[in-house]
Amino acid sequence: MKTIKISIYYPVDKITVPLVSTLIKEFDLQVNILHADISLNKTGTLVADLAGDERNVDDALRYIEEQGIGYKLFNKQLIWHEELCVHCGACTAVCPSHALTMSHETWSLEFDKEKCLVCGLCTKACPLNVMSLQD
Amino acid sequence: MKTIAEINERIKNRKAVVVTAEEIIDLVEEKGVKKAAQEVDVVTTGTFGPMCSSGMFINFGHPKPGIKMTRTWLNDVPAFSGLAAVDAYVGATEMSERQGMQYGGAHVIQDFIDGKDIRLYAESYGTDCYPRRDIRTTINKHNVNQAYLYNPRNCYQNYPAATNSSDKIMYTYMGTLLPGFGNVTYSTSGELSPLMNDPEYRTIGIGTRIFLGGTQGFVAWEGTQHDPGQARLENGTPVSSAGTLAVIGDAKKMSSRYIRAAIFDRYGVTLFVGIGIPIPMLDEDMLIKTAVRNRDIVTTLVDKSGREDLGIRLSYETLRSGWVDIKGRRVPTAPLSSLKIARDIASTLKDWIANGQFLLSEPVEKLPYRKERLNSLEIRGE
Ligand code: SF4
Ligand code: SF4
Repeated sequence: MKTIKISIYYPVDKITVPLVSTLIKEFDLQVNILHADISLNKTGTLVADLAGDERNVDDALRYIEEQGIGYKLFNKQLIWHEELCVHCGACTAVCPSHALTMSHETWSLEFDKEKCLVCGLCTKACPLNVMSLQD
Repeated sequence: MKTIAEINERIKNRKAVVVTAEEIIDLVEEKGVKKAAQEVDVVTTGTFGPMCSSGMFINFGHPKPGIKMTRTWLNDVPAFSGLAAVDAYVGATEMSERQGMQYGGAHVIQDFIDGKDIRLYAESYGTDCYPRRDIRTTINKHNVNQAYLYNPRNCYQNYPAATNSSDKIMYTYMGTLLPGFGNVTYSTSGELSPLMNDPEYRTIGIGTRIFLGGTQGFVAWEGTQHDPGQARLENGTPVSSAGTLAVIGDAKKMSSRYIRAAIFDRYGVTLFVGIGIPIPMLDEDMLIKTAVRNRDIVTTLVDKSGREDLGIRLSYETLRSGWVDIKGRRVPTAPLSSLKIARDIASTLKDWIANGQFLLSEPVEKLPYRKERLNSLEIRGE
């Protein structure tokens, strides 16, 4: 079993390729879509977790490439140095995927790793510098 | 009706009933104003947010031979030394000459409070009485004389929420504002905020003893840009920025849990300052004031790109909900000041008072309450 986080870039003419269903049907992968911005006649992006048999994952990546569709793997992960966090909430202003939210009970910052796109925006927006990207 | 002297007697006897400005809301709901006003002696407030107008005075002590410092750096951050020979003031927003925005006066202050050694370099022209022309050493909170925060403007009573209508991302002191009304930021502890609970400055005045950065401090003066003439709701709270406080306290006794250096991306360095102010329950009016809720207080939404005059007022209840409506669009909101630590401050102060460690003080003088609004800086010829 292997899980990867991937950002897929569709050129304008590939928007109609039924990629996700192929990944599921042909390569037996679990696809968890984290973020999608796809509309006709425009380039699109799709951020997702792909999980499956190691060989199938590798074959799927080759398949995506063969379709003329670009992708980038996220090798980094976001590290939240919670002990230094003051729970101000400034990072939640920029997080595109709602991985960072404020608890409306305790007003503590909550970080949902599953939803994180590893975009790094919060590392700059945090005034206390307590978010970092690590390999 | 109670007097501050009576309340202090109860504090000394550890009999004072103290609640936070959040707890008082439920208490009033449960018991009604009359009963709550009889029972409660003190309501505590708290705030922990970025407050740029902050800084620290230090007296380094005299070296041998002496020096009249004219230019001074602390960890490569310039400090103002246009004062007596070995006095200096390091401002929170001053930036390092080597690292720029990555390190500034606020970091010097936090490192000092944490007890770290700080590099001191100073220059002079040399005088007959102070012949030395430069000095290079390290200082820390144990080997200097006085070190106190004197923050000319803290504790803003209210502050406009910010958004950005332009098509470019904006990096501001209100955080990162995404284009096309991508987000709204706001900075307050709302119903827990000190000056929102004494909106007409009946009890908070010059000389008031407060919680400052983890120790006892004082209100020194009206803050710069104190603007009591702001429009107000019927409950006395202002609809946008209004009152401010200048505060003072012993930096050596502070804790970096409540004084933290911060950097707003591509804007600059600032300091998170923790302040808590106790409000004596003199009468029912004071109690009603402290029972104010987020739904009863509002702020103004400002477009930081300056393109649109939005003319929108938002209640803090709405801002806290996580979403606001701007021109029919659902826009996410984010706070910049920490309600979690503001609550910690209000409850720490509550414990201090309940344990008899912290007495209330009668203001020596009231804060100004005037109608005239602030001046702006005109560009004038000779
Ligand atoms: S911006 Fe930084 S300090 Fe503030 S809540 Fe987010 S991670 Fe914590
Ligand atoms: S890197 Fe930060 S801003 Fe980006 S998705 Fe993850 S948590 Fe959100």
